[in-house]
Amino acid sequence: MNTGFLTIYWRDMLRFVRFRTLLFTSLVQPALWLAFFGVAMSNNFDRLTATLPTIPGVPTVGYLTFIGAGVIAMTTLFTSLFGGTVLLFDKNWGLMRETLSSPLPRIHIIIGIGLSGMTKSFIQATVIMLFGLLIGVRFFDGYTLSQTLVSVFGILVFVGVFSLGFLFLSGAIAISMESPEGMQAVITLLTMPFFFTSNALYPVESFPPLLRVLSTVNPLTHLVSGIRYFAIGNNFSAIGIQYVYTPNDILVSFLALLTFAAIMFLIARWRFGKVTVT
Amino acid sequence: MAVDISGNTIEVENLEHSFGDVKAVDGISFTVRKGEIFSFLGPNGAGKSTVINILTTLLRLQKGTAKVAGHDVEKEPEKVRESIGIVFQELTLDRDMTVRETLEYHGRLYSMPKEERRRRTEELLRLVQLEGKGDTRTKYLSGGMKRRLEIARGLMTRPKVLFMDEPTIGLDPQTRIRIWEYVREINREGTTIFLTTHYMDEADQLSDRISIIDHGKIIITGKSWELKNKLGQDLIYLESSDNRAAAEMLRELGSVKEITEKPKGLVLMLSGDGTHLLPKLMEMLTGRGIAITTVNLKKPSMDDVFVHYTGRELRDEGAEKLSSAIIRAGKR
Ligand SMILES: Nc1ncnc2c1ncn2[C@@H]1O[C@H](COP(=O)(O)OP(=O)(O)OP(=O)(O)O)[C@@H](O)[C@H]1O
Ligand SMILES: [Mg+2]
Repeated sequence: MNTGFLTIYWRDMLRFVRFRTLLFTSLVQPALWLAFFGVAMSNNFDRLTATLPTIPGVPTVGYLTFIGAGVIAMTTLFTSLFGGTVLLFDKNWGLMRETLSSPLPRIHIIIGIGLSGMTKSFIQATVIMLFGLLIGVRFFDGYTLSQTLVSVFGILVFVGVFSLGFLFLSGAIAISMESPEGMQAVITLLTMPFFFTSNALYPVESFPPLLRVLSTVNPLTHLVSGIRYFAIGNNFSAIGIQYVYTPNDILVSFLALLTFAAIMFLIARWRFGKVTVT
Repeated sequence: MAVDISGNTIEVENLEHSFGDVKAVDGISFTVRKGEIFSFLGPNGAGKSTVINILTTLLRLQKGTAKVAGHDVEKEPEKVRESIGIVFQELTLDRDMTVRETLEYHGRLYSMPKEERRRRTEELLRLVQLEGKGDTRTKYLSGGMKRRLEIARGLMTRPKVLFMDEPTIGLDPQTRIRIWEYVREINREGTTIFLTTHYMDEADQLSDRISIIDHGKIIITGKSWELKNKLGQDLIYLESSDNRAAAEMLRELGSVKEITEKPKGLVLMLSGDGTHLLPKLMEMLTGRGIAITTVNLKKPSMDDVFVHYTGRELRDEGAEKLSSAIIRAGKR
């Protein structure tokens, strides 16, 4: 097997650990989100929902726990959407010419960037989970050690497939763009719909029909569902709404993410096939 | 299959390339033989880099055919990529990687085995005299060091063909000379070299054969001495009280091949040795009442060759130098 993508992976990780500030902010930022937004909102929501009757036999989780999954998902979305930027810089600084004129099949560039971005997302997700547990996110509540390990594994698989999809998309955008500013603008524009039509921060149950449709095709929703299923359980209530996830639901979510990643991979391959640098 | 049976490492036929309305390459054909150092000499915008980009598969071929190391660039780009090394015109180093990492990355791209990568890296660092800089990030290198690192990188995989796009641009004279030495050295070891330059002396010193290229076309190809000989053996530059009359008279001399009028004087291309002709010629002109104010005898240089074939000097040499290179030489 040609393992050329490992070369791309190696270089990208080298840069990741070399830029200490980048490494540091990429870990601290999601933690801050959880700390400020999470704690502030959870006080509000928990006060509002305190009066709602609890559903007998169904465990109720606080808002902080509810959006813990959302913060992991959002962080993965942002990191992955920006993960391809390095390719744009490489292209603009001429560095891409070295890679493109080498025998490395171009598809390996995408795979390498995908894998390094995925690794970064794993690190971030793990840090958020640890930090979350510290400040009162009740993930893996009452799980045995092996249940916890299986759940963490499940979360990382979901995070991994999701991040790959968005990294491929990001790579395809990067290689098609001329300037970092343009890329920044496109990505900012893209994040909005993904972000607001998902169940990351609030329930989608009360959305109008169109938004609900959007939310069901939104990969972010599927990632959040997967994380909640593994981290909180298959039947819980939060903000007065009962969440039931059957294994089937989760399988569908997983397949949706796989499909998304596959489509993005094809798009990236197509864009890379056309690229010329001078 | 490394090389064509014909012994040519590069074969280009009727290559054309346009960027929108700009015809950067306008029907170029040439061959580079195995083991040769071949140069493209031409001014800015002549189309040199465009040809390199096509030959190195970075630009899609639009029209014509091109084969590198026996492989068609359009049909077998991967095979071409395996056989070549490139030193790009612009710096293409990752500023935040160290010298060693830069070479390591390159070796990995070409699937070199680990042990060989390590050995080759140390070998090359010695060759380009960067031994002490192995763990320095490239942004902390001087311009010349960066260029040497890029040349080392081009050599990393022992390519069959090395493309060098203006390899010594912006380097001090010592460094240029040292780089020429590396180039000859690796050429002796068997690497075919294609280089572009707009330095006459570089083309002259380094290449087995030179193509002068301008406006996307090859104007003439040949060995450096052949190109110079086409201008005649010697050149005489003279200024006199009546240049026009002098030209009339000198045209009758059998050993004067061609006369070019310059703003203040005349350039004579001689078919024979000028040292004997010069006294006779001066005597003759003085005898007919034409006073000679300046005279200079020289061997043709690549500058003269270039001016002769393109009708002008390299465009980028600065306005005050725009008068003919021969005049410049005449004042030396
Ligand atoms: N990517 C591009 N897009 C549009 N035009 C281009 C591009 N690359 C080159 N050109 C044009 O093609 C022509 C040839 O350019 P090229 O870079 O091949 O010249 P060159 O001989 O390498 O010059 P130099 O000595 O300055 O490097 C120029 O007119 C240039 O403006
Ligand atoms: Mg050029």
